[in-house]
Amino acid sequence: MKNSMIQTNGNISSSKSVVQLESVSKWYGNFRCLDNVKFNVMPGERIVVCGPSGSGKSTLIRCINGIEGHDKGIVRVAGYELTRDRSTLDRVRLEVGMVFQQFNLFPNLTVLENCTIALQKVKKMSKRDAVELAEFYLARVHLPHLADRYPDQLSGGQQQRVAIARALCMKPRVMLFDEPTAALDPEMVREVLDVMTEVANEGMTMIVVTHEIGFARSVASRVVFMDAGRIVESASPTEFFDAPKSDRARTFLQQVIRH
Amino acid sequence: MSIKTIPKDSQVFLPLDEQCAPLVKPVSSESRRIKRDIVCGAILLLLGAFALFGKFEISGWAGISYKALLGTLLVFGNWLIIRRTPFRFAVVLVWLELALLFVLFCSSFDFEPGYALQKAKSILGFELKDGFLQGAALTLFICAASIALAMVLALLAALAKLFGDGFTYGIASFYISFFRGTPLLLQILIIYLGLPQAGLTIPAVPAGILALALNYGAYMAEIFRGGITAIPRGQWEAADALALGKMQVLRWIVLPQSLRLIVPATGNQFIMMLKDSALVSAMGVWEMMYLARAIGRADFRNMEMLITAALIYWIMSAILEGCQARLERRYSRGIRSSVPARTGGK
Repeated sequence: MKNSMIQTNGNISSSKSVVQLESVSKWYGNFRCLDNVKFNVMPGERIVVCGPSGSGKSTLIRCINGIEGHDKGIVRVAGYELTRDRSTLDRVRLEVGMVFQQFNLFPNLTVLENCTIALQKVKKMSKRDAVELAEFYLARVHLPHLADRYPDQLSGGQQQRVAIARALCMKPRVMLFDEPTAALDPEMVREVLDVMTEVANEGMTMIVVTHEIGFARSVASRVVFMDAGRIVESASPTEFFDAPKSDRARTFLQQVIRH
Repeated sequence: MSIKTIPKDSQVFLPLDEQCAPLVKPVSSESRRIKRDIVCGAILLLLGAFALFGKFEISGWAGISYKALLGTLLVFGNWLIIRRTPFRFAVVLVWLELALLFVLFCSSFDFEPGYALQKAKSILGFELKDGFLQGAALTLFICAASIALAMVLALLAALAKLFGDGFTYGIASFYISFFRGTPLLLQILIIYLGLPQAGLTIPAVPAGILALALNYGAYMAEIFRGGITAIPRGQWEAADALALGKMQVLRWIVLPQSLRLIVPATGNQFIMMLKDSALVSAMGVWEMMYLARAIGRADFRNMEMLITAALIYWIMSAILEGCQARLERRYSRGIRSSVPARTGGK
């Protein structure tokens, strides 16, 4: 397996991989939500993380940009080792874009301001450059006409696309998606997945927590299956969906596909 | 093929007018109810007016009960009629009626509007003595200064309580606990009379401003803290993911959203402060309340002066209320009201 080779040759891969987790563990009180996780992402990889509720998928990707701290192990992103130190955190976060299940747009700012705020306040861009860049990415998610609206005036699908544009504006090296379509009405899932597919086709490194099997099959280069805080399987989508190796993955897939 | 055909003459559906009957009925009964309300209301009002102008003199408990009954009749009759008028019209009418009631109350102790108007000028503080503000002008000055200072204190204390280390948290929690836990009058006296003993003499007006600001800052700190904690965690996470710093998140994302929650409560505090500033008169500061009582006492016209002062306080509060409503509208841009629509009325 390609993946296992990368993991055993940790030293070589660490210089190449964008995201590298080495025996990372995390506890919520007594509950161990991440259990000795090893995880490597190479540039250009599109990884879909799936698994039952409470298996640690969200926690895993939230540890990658330090929104949640890990308790044990090493997380390296774009060459920086993640600590609780503010300056390293901010440096890592500049390399990692994140899209949330609940969109988390800033309701007091317009769509355009949502996209420009970090460019202006963090990257210290001039307003004109920031607006130009934001407009470019709003056009990329097919929403250039909504720049002056407030988020609450948008549909869920539009809000999520704005959230994707907001993250892309920072020109990250990795994009994290935490169940980006789980809070959407069924008819809006498509438009968000389409935008995500376009982003993937442009070569963006992506880690996506999702249960959208169609998206995983067509876009993912690798599917990672988690259960009880561990990575149980890591395989190509056809391998994983057609012939899952673990019993746990098999029952999970049956439950997901059944409905 | 065994589809049952319905005989042509059988009644599957009710005739049209019978179908519509349940729909039409409530409408007609509604208009009947309106008519009933207006007729009953008019009768009650006539009864009340007759009793009011009839000058029946009944003494003792019977008299009190008679007046209570009369009042109830008038209020109920009014309600029956006014609730059937358009919403805005009804509100204005009720205000006018209550104002009329107030005037009637004033006339019961031969209120002299001429005297009140003449003295209102000095209560308002248009006549300067000793070269410094007084009356309502001084009240406004004290409040404006206290409000500005209180907001700074409140924001600092709220931030210290939320994000501070042990040292700043300790200071903030002690400050809030002490100034919420003791009476304002006591704080004014301690600052004005107690601090000089410690070698720090503060003139009366700055002492009043300081006391009001410290007291209201403590309350407002809790309002600010509540407003900040009410912002969903996702907002912080999204801002964190964009590498915005904590102060940047507060300044550009969290506080602007909190303001929507903070403004109504803070406006309430300001209106309270406007009137609590009367306590500063305990230090002999010539603010409005002090002047009103001094003048009223000298001319044996206490009620006149008190009512005049009340009206001025009220007008100033109303102006503040207006500002608060404007701010509330401004900070709730793009957010729908959570209260269900009013029944019957715009």
